Amino acid sequence: MASVEIHNLSIQFGHNEVIKDLSLNVVDGEFLVLLGPSGCGKSTLLHSIAGLIDVSAGRIDIGGTDMTWADPTDRNIGMVFQSYALYPTMTVERNMSFGLRINGTPKAEIERRVNRAAEMLQLQSLLHRKPSQLSGGQRQRVAIGRALVREAGVFLFDEPLSNLDAKLRAELRRELKLLHKNLCSTMVYVTHDQVEAMTLATRIVVMRNGKIQQIGAPADVYEKPVNLFVAGFLGSPGMNLLTGKLGLSSSGKSVFLSGKLALDVSCYPITTVLKQEKEVTLGIRPENLLIHTSGEWQGTVSVIEPMGNHHVVWVDFGGTLLSSVVTGDLAFCVDEIVRFNIDVAKISLFDNTTEQRL
Amino acid sequence: MTGNTAPKPPMRRPMRLNPARIGVYAFLLSASLFFLMPLYIMLVTSFKSMDEIRLGSIFAFPVSITVEPWVAAWSSACTGVSCDGIRGGFWNSMWIVIPSTLFPILLGALNGYALSFWRPRGSQVLFGILMMGAFIPVQVMMFPLVRILATMGLFGTLPGIVLIHVVFSMPVMTLLFRNYYLSIPQELFKAARIDGGGFFRIFVQLMLPMSTPIIIVAAIMQVTGVWNDYILGLVFAGRDNLPMTVQLNNVINTTTGTRLYNVNMAATILTSMVPLIIYFVSGRWFVRGIAAGAVKG
Amino acid sequence: MAITVIVAYMGTVLWSLKISFTNSRTFPSDDWVGIAQYERLFNNDRWMLSLQNLALYGVLFIAACMLIGFLLAVFIDQKVMGEGIFRTVFLYPYAMSFVATGLVWQWMLNPGNGLQQAVRQMGFENFTFDWIIDQDMVIYTIVIATVWQASGLVMAMLLAGLRGIDEEIWKAARLDGIPTWRVYVSIVLPMIGPSVATVFVLLLTAVVKVFDSVVSMTQGGPGTASEVPAKFIMDHLFGRANIALASAGSIVLLLTVAALVAPILYARSRAARKEALK
Repeated sequence: MASVEIHNLSIQFGHNEVIKDLSLNVVDGEFLVLLGPSGCGKSTLLHSIAGLIDVSAGRIDIGGTDMTWADPTDRNIGMVFQSYALYPTMTVERNMSFGLRINGTPKAEIERRVNRAAEMLQLQSLLHRKPSQLSGGQRQRVAIGRALVREAGVFLFDEPLSNLDAKLRAELRRELKLLHKNLCSTMVYVTHDQVEAMTLATRIVVMRNGKIQQIGAPADVYEKPVNLFVAGFLGSPGMNLLTGKLGLSSSGKSVFLSGKLALDVSCYPITTVLKQEKEVTLGIRPENLLIHTSGEWQGTVSVIEPMGNHHVVWVDFGGTLLSSVVTGDLAFCVDEIVRFNIDVAKISLFDNTTEQRL
Repeated sequence: MTGNTAPKPPMRRPMRLNPARIGVYAFLLSASLFFLMPLYIMLVTSFKSMDEIRLGSIFAFPVSITVEPWVAAWSSACTGVSCDGIRGGFWNSMWIVIPSTLFPILLGALNGYALSFWRPRGSQVLFGILMMGAFIPVQVMMFPLVRILATMGLFGTLPGIVLIHVVFSMPVMTLLFRNYYLSIPQELFKAARIDGGGFFRIFVQLMLPMSTPIIIVAAIMQVTGVWNDYILGLVFAGRDNLPMTVQLNNVINTTTGTRLYNVNMAATILTSMVPLIIYFVSGRWFVRGIAAGAVKG
Repeated sequence: MAITVIVAYMGTVLWSLKISFTNSRTFPSDDWVGIAQYERLFNNDRWMLSLQNLALYGVLFIAACMLIGFLLAVFIDQKVMGEGIFRTVFLYPYAMSFVATGLVWQWMLNPGNGLQQAVRQMGFENFTFDWIIDQDMVIYTIVIATVWQASGLVMAMLLAGLRGIDEEIWKAARLDGIPTWRVYVSIVLPMIGPSVATVFVLLLTAVVKVFDSVVSMTQGGPGTASEVPAKFIMDHLFGRANIALASAGSIVLLLTVAALVAPILYARSRAARKEALK
């Protein structure tokens, strides 16, 4: 088990500065997920922790030791790749033991480690097969096994589930969560899938264009996104966004105004004191938009998407489509007029110009 | 380690130029010398006078550069009976190469197209036999082919040698085009058939325009292969149509009297010029051609 | 039209086969003599020498080309500067005809004016490199010349294979701490097995067909020291007017190719069928 400390990291490819002055602390034993769209630098960051990419400035400490220039083998890490990268001409057993063999680990020790990993990942019956004879999920487990036998302090995962179909992905997600619980090792995981991030992480790091947007527990990042980008990236369907103005009502309370909507937002903790009217965007998650017969506002139902255990209802409110998540039976159909409430305790307000949370 | 700014990393990145890398470059450079040496010697010899050659070292740069050997090679070297230089061979080779490239490409494309999309019954077997044909040593077929061509009145004629080249190129050309067409999605072909296209229609209007890359590769392979051919030209071309390679060998190996090494080297370069120029200009495609041909079987 | 070509191939082979069983000299005759020609063939010193030469040449040529080609490919794969230039330099000999290659090397290995003379002029008075006129050594000169020509091709094909290897396998190996040379030997080489097999087959067919280089470089000499089967057959077909003997020789050549190539092709088609069934 080890912590990872990244200080002022910068990585450049040619003239392109992919990561600029990034600092991050990975706590010992946590499952940290690097989340972001393609090209945001998350994979690059992971590879630099692994030592597979050179840094142009900054420092990386693993387990308290400066590893900025150390060889990947000496960093006390294990890594699982997106395409599994299994050695195709070797059996599963050999795949897992090859690295240890080359480095002179005694035979008994190799056997112990391979067996332990095989047991944890249910690979015992597959030890003598070659990768071409395995299914995608099995190959993934072997890749994890190969990383496990290194008995490293930190495990790195580079989008390991993206080559699997949806059902397998869900299954392996649960297995990974279980693995983390049993091993209690530090794990750094890269993905662009926010569902994976939410379910697996102890903390999520949302990245964009080489910069960290927000770090926090899944609940925090989900409920209190720090800017519009993070708000839009997490959650499916995405957060409802309404542009409007934030001002003071006659009684001195802060109000959000947008078209027909006038919402008393005085319970919202605004950090800066309002001097004048501000252009803002209001965000509210679909599950906090409650369709209710005695709702304050009304709109027309435009589209209903049945999802099996819930419905996503799209309501036309003055030209904007707002989504709402409804469980149970529906008391209405398309083109009907419905009334809804907005749970003011759960809103987010963003400055229109800076896109930051107020 | 409590500083606010990152301290300079203690271990500097190992220098790029470690012993292993030096070894790599050393190997590659010495190999390059080995590969370039003959070219250098060819060029250098062709610009020297015979006296210089006799007295000097084969590696020496010419003291006084002369183009006389080149002129002699082109227009007055003796290629057997006549002494008109190797230029006759140049034009002969041109006349042989051009049709010997166009026809096999067309036929190879048609064959490859038929085999990969239409897949008539027994086409796998047909293809297998065609491929095996590529392995048959040419000597086995030599005499029967001579007789056949003689009966058709084509032995020793230009059409005759072209026909021979076409026949011998079929396996490789078909393989090339078939493999290329296999990488084109079947859906495209099916859509065209639904649109009402027939065998030739689809070929001419859909497949041929899409085949530019492989046609370039096939052309390079064919031009190089036919231009550099010796044995088929020797046997089938006839005295009036001898390709440059045959004439070159005649110039150098069948001279009586003193051997004019500088003329010989000039003639060699002249003969190799066409394929070498194609190679240097189209390097990328050349390599692609090799890789394509390498997906054999 | 494909059928015509196939008929041409099979027909000519069968015709040659028939001739080999007759006593045809300049023109085909129909006098059946059974395997007499084959017996004559194997009692013929020149033919036996040509077979010996072919075997020796074959082994050396293929081994050298594979080794040099593989090393060149591996070293170029190390992300060197000027990769394009190196590739061009190693591959250009393949663009030249066998005849041209033979002629250049004949000139270079000429004892009086070539390498031997040049090195002597540099001060090494006793340097000898007259293999090309030495009966025992001449076959090695042909090996040198043709290896020079073909190694680049082997390099190009193996390099294509090397480049097809997933970058992530390299990353995984780096993480496992496996030294580069070991990666090539234990992981990469098995992975490019099919490419290697293809190259091997290609080289094999080239060996059996070797003719142009011998004719241009040594004319089979000195004497008959560098005789090869292809040349023997051609000489007897045309110069020495003994069609039957030549045909017998060519059939033997065909059988040799078949015996060498068939097992490899069979093994590959079996592997391909196993892949398809999965």
